[in-house]
Amino acid sequence: MQEDRQHEAELIRRILAGETDLFHELIRPYEKMVYVTIFTMLRNEAEAEDAAQEVMINAFRHLKSFRGDSKFSTWLITIAMNEGRQRLRKIKRAAEDSLEDTVEEREGDFTPAFLTDWREIPLEALERKELRHKLREAVETLPKIYREVFVLRDLQEMNQEETAAALGITISAVKVRLHRARIMLQKTLVPYLKENVPARKSFFGRLFQ
Amino acid sequence: MKLECKQVWEHISDYLDQQLTPEVLAEIEKHLENCEVCSAILDSTRNVLILTADNRTYELPVGYSKRLHDRLERAIHEKPDPGNSSSD
Repeated sequence: MQEDRQHEAELIRRILAGETDLFHELIRPYEKMVYVTIFTMLRNEAEAEDAAQEVMINAFRHLKSFRGDSKFSTWLITIAMNEGRQRLRKIKRAAEDSLEDTVEEREGDFTPAFLTDWREIPLEALERKELRHKLREAVETLPKIYREVFVLRDLQEMNQEETAAALGITISAVKVRLHRARIMLQKTLVPYLKENVPARKSFFGRLFQ
Repeated sequence: MKLECKQVWEHISDYLDQQLTPEVLAEIEKHLENCEVCSAILDSTRNVLILTADNRTYELPVGYSKRLHDRLERAIHEKPDPGNSSSD
């Protein structure tokens, strides 16, 4: 990790000193991170791809303003979130979003789906296209304030401090929103998974199906 | 103090992130030993999160990387517009 960061700092120094082609190498590890972050906001492949390209170009043009006190990835994500938000406003989801912004104050029902046993859904199940679709759809339908935190914390694996900084919210807000996002996903997905996706079965389980 | 199921649910996220104090953690584990509902809720939540965060769940469009670097290449070598001062 530390080595990666040093390597990155070195790359950035050289790019700013004129070796601009190294920018390709600098952003390669983050191509997917930027795309996924924006895709979960815009919910449209072509738009997300175009926006992700813009993010990288903006990052290149403003690289000298990167201070190095945060991680490069956090800085990049912040640019991505801003690009996503700007486009959302343009797409005129504005009405829906301003409504969503008030959700946190409301006493919502954040109880999980009730069940008495759970057989694990193995990762191999992800070979099924409809499962991947269902998972993405569940994330997409989270209210925006919960979705943003979930994407940064659980999909991009940013820590609480980085997430709070990227979104301009407190760490306790990160924790509350993440908790609610996870419970909402459990509630949406577990009944579907139980019904539609084969769980890992024991040998006897298979015999007696 | 004995925890009720509802109280356990409030700690699911901290439990998964291993952010509970040892006292609360001990209470929850004691509860989980005897409560199949909370165990199933916890296991299913963890499972859902693992599936969602898997690399395969979100795919890049075909050809994405090439298009990105092609466009970047043009941007890197384009002369800055002298009339447009940088905003930083």
